[in-house]
Amino acid sequence: MNHKPTTEIELAQLVAEASQPFEIIGTGTKRGLGRPLHDLEILDLAKFSVINAYEPEELILDVGAGAKLSAIEKLISAQGQYLAFEPPDYSRLLGSKHSGTMGGLLACNLSGPRRIKMGAARDHVLGLNAVSGRGEIFKAGARVVKNVTGYDVPKLMAGSYGTLTAFTSVIFKVLPRPETEETLMVVGLDDHAAVSEMSLAMQSSAEVSGAAHIPNLGTFLRLEGIAPSVTYRRDTLVRLLGGKIDILKNRDSQIQWKNIRDVMPLADGPERMVWKISVTPAMAPAVIAKLKSQFEFRYYFDWAGGLIWLDVATEESTRIRAAIGSGHATLMRAPDQMRSTLDIFQPQEAALAALSARVKTSFDPRALFNPGRMYKGV
Amino acid sequence: MLMMPKPDQSVLARRSEIAAALRGIVAGEGVIDTATQMRVYESDGLTAYKQLPMLVVLPETTAQVSQILKYANANGIKIVPRGAGTSLSGGALPLEDGILLGLAKFNRILDIDFENRCVVVQPGVTNLGITKAVEQKGFYYAPDPSSQIACTIGGNVAENSGGVHCLKYGLTANNVLGIEMVLITGEIIRLGGKHLDSEGYDLLGLMTGSEGLLGVVTEVTVRILQKPETARAVLVGFPSSEDAGQCVADIISAGIIPGGMEMMDRPAIHAVEEFVHADYPLNVEALLIVELDGPQIEVDSLIERVSSIAQKNKSKTLRVSNSEAERILFWAGRKAAFPAVGRISPDYMCMDGTIPRKKLPEVLAGMARLSQKYDLRVANVFHAGDGNLHPLILFDANEEGQLDRAEKFGADILRLCVKVGGVLTGEHGVGVEKRDLMPEMFSQIDLDQQLRLKCAFDGQGLLNPGKVFPTLHSCAEMGRMHVRGGKLAHPEIPRF
Repeated sequence: MNHKPTTEIELAQLVAEASQPFEIIGTGTKRGLGRPLHDLEILDLAKFSVINAYEPEELILDVGAGAKLSAIEKLISAQGQYLAFEPPDYSRLLGSKHSGTMGGLLACNLSGPRRIKMGAARDHVLGLNAVSGRGEIFKAGARVVKNVTGYDVPKLMAGSYGTLTAFTSVIFKVLPRPETEETLMVVGLDDHAAVSEMSLAMQSSAEVSGAAHIPNLGTFLRLEGIAPSVTYRRDTLVRLLGGKIDILKNRDSQIQWKNIRDVMPLADGPERMVWKISVTPAMAPAVIAKLKSQFEFRYYFDWAGGLIWLDVATEESTRIRAAIGSGHATLMRAPDQMRSTLDIFQPQEAALAALSARVKTSFDPRALFNPGRMYKGV
Repeated sequence: MLMMPKPDQSVLARRSEIAAALRGIVAGEGVIDTATQMRVYESDGLTAYKQLPMLVVLPETTAQVSQILKYANANGIKIVPRGAGTSLSGGALPLEDGILLGLAKFNRILDIDFENRCVVVQPGVTNLGITKAVEQKGFYYAPDPSSQIACTIGGNVAENSGGVHCLKYGLTANNVLGIEMVLITGEIIRLGGKHLDSEGYDLLGLMTGSEGLLGVVTEVTVRILQKPETARAVLVGFPSSEDAGQCVADIISAGIIPGGMEMMDRPAIHAVEEFVHADYPLNVEALLIVELDGPQIEVDSLIERVSSIAQKNKSKTLRVSNSEAERILFWAGRKAAFPAVGRISPDYMCMDGTIPRKKLPEVLAGMARLSQKYDLRVANVFHAGDGNLHPLILFDANEEGQLDRAEKFGADILRLCVKVGGVLTGEHGVGVEKRDLMPEMFSQIDLDQQLRLKCAFDGQGLLNPGKVFPTLHSCAEMGRMHVRGGKLAHPEIPRF
């Protein structure tokens, strides 16, 4: 059964009267993320796709949760603005048709390489309208960029994978898009050298907005801003780092970062499992070294080493999680069968798990929304 | 008149027993029970409200905090957490039957990690203390609330503090990587760390700005940034606030996000000029300070663009700082705005709303009308980039009825902010000050949803009650289920 409400009231009524849980989707592009849900009625929010407000001078965008990310990016790009957290397009990785919706973007708290400088979706969400599991329409946050009135419920929704509420509209902060970009490409560094170079660059005042290392290809450092500033900072970094450095300009730079953002180095081979691992940046080479002694895999670093993308042909969740120390590993792609049995998200300590379950209940007491999408029972 | 939760007489009757129990957890001088010694804790930065706590406890370790909270939870005793007590909204106002939990002894910097660009500190470390600890290598901690020499990072997390530079560099929430916190049950949990994005629900984001109602933070990991190479400021006077507001909009439309962008209205300009002699123009209706930071070449180029935008918006005066001393002088007036107003009036009340910037002229006009209605003066300083307005209401508490009028004036200003699409507080928090105005912005359903979240953390409502929310239902009441047709769906799911 597929429900496709068109108004908040209709949605609220549907939820209030429900006797069975739902799988919430926007356009369904991210159904491959999280634990799979089987045989649930579909709650499709694609009809909530209107643009409620876009005010470039106020830096705010208020859109239906079902609005397509690609359409929104086009809209704001025409005004020279962007979503600064660099929303990724995982359609190749997940085998879906497009980059999904604004609601899905928030629900999965996605971000790209610019995360290290500008934050994730959670840092840019300002407000939302939603229907709770009680079938009540509520709002949180507002259409202003600075607000501490009440709990930051919009942030709590970031990364909740549709397990708390059904969003109808989401409010994001938008920012001016940098006028130009350039990328320094350093060739021939091993993992340790690459992470130290990236750390050095991040510690400088060059305002690096992307720092990635792809083994056997290169180490990439992105600079963005007005042209004279980018040139100056590029020259400063070249002097600081030394060695042989190539410069990627404009389109070449953009293509490189889109590849890194969208996990293109690991997107082929859909049978392989892809892991997204968040660690203390300087620890990345040690994590990789530990894993290399145990099994075969491919990998690259983003976020100056703080993000390891890794793909592997066999089930290795225990060994991966044992190697990372402080941080977390998320299984981003795996066959359905495996997604049902493995911990997709890092298992939580008992007190935190119990608190998460209580938070879930506070929004969705009857467990109607995506039950078990994140953890068993949540 | 502010109504706080009714003191629990049965708790007050057990005061000496409670003090003894606390001494069993925190030995020696860490438990304070005399009125004289507790006096310093009777209020925070919102000095209009004062209340002696039942007891004060100053733990030094996370284990002690855990034991104190566990004891309080088991015995139904209220807890009010406190950092340096600089809150402007009464977030740390004690309760007559509550334990004031002071975190001042959590004052150590635990780990400075330049390689990973972060610092791990205890919550009692001051905001500026973090910058001082890392500035020898050119780093700083970006959020800079004006109380930064005194306010603690734990308090910053509780209030999600901002500052002049938060348009470009973000609020506390955007600069905190992880925390260790203690729940009212005594359970200790860690959220985030030196890595990015704590997985699972973003409880770190929820905790930031939760005003001490959800848990007690015992350790904070923040990110640090390399200082910009240089900064320059432009000081521009305008014939009207409309022109100044349009200039701000045009700067942002031109793709420029300045490090700081501050506006003052005529009364504020005159008050500060008299006080600090920053050479501000006195024949203008609005004054804008726009600061650009970054590499010299970028700053110089943007200064030119901003100057030309200002001229297109009918600027009457325009000066560009040509030295660090001059830049600091431009800021001297703005930074002295509060004491300057304090000089021309026996008392003042600082409000804190955020509005969509384009509504500024409408809100200023509304404020002028209210100023006449209540017969009280108002001066405005404004974080113009993000629409965060700080009206300063001038009054004399010794004059019969003036405090009451000032409070009503302030409430009307905040109602006006909400009416034009803004919010009650941009950075000072709700606390007790704006608590009763919450229904202006939120419906009962919106508020109930937030209260249910509170219940998920603190089922008995013992952590900082009386703050943020105007009414407190018991969590059992909040949890009442809507039962349809006499049948509850999923009876197998455990609920409470």
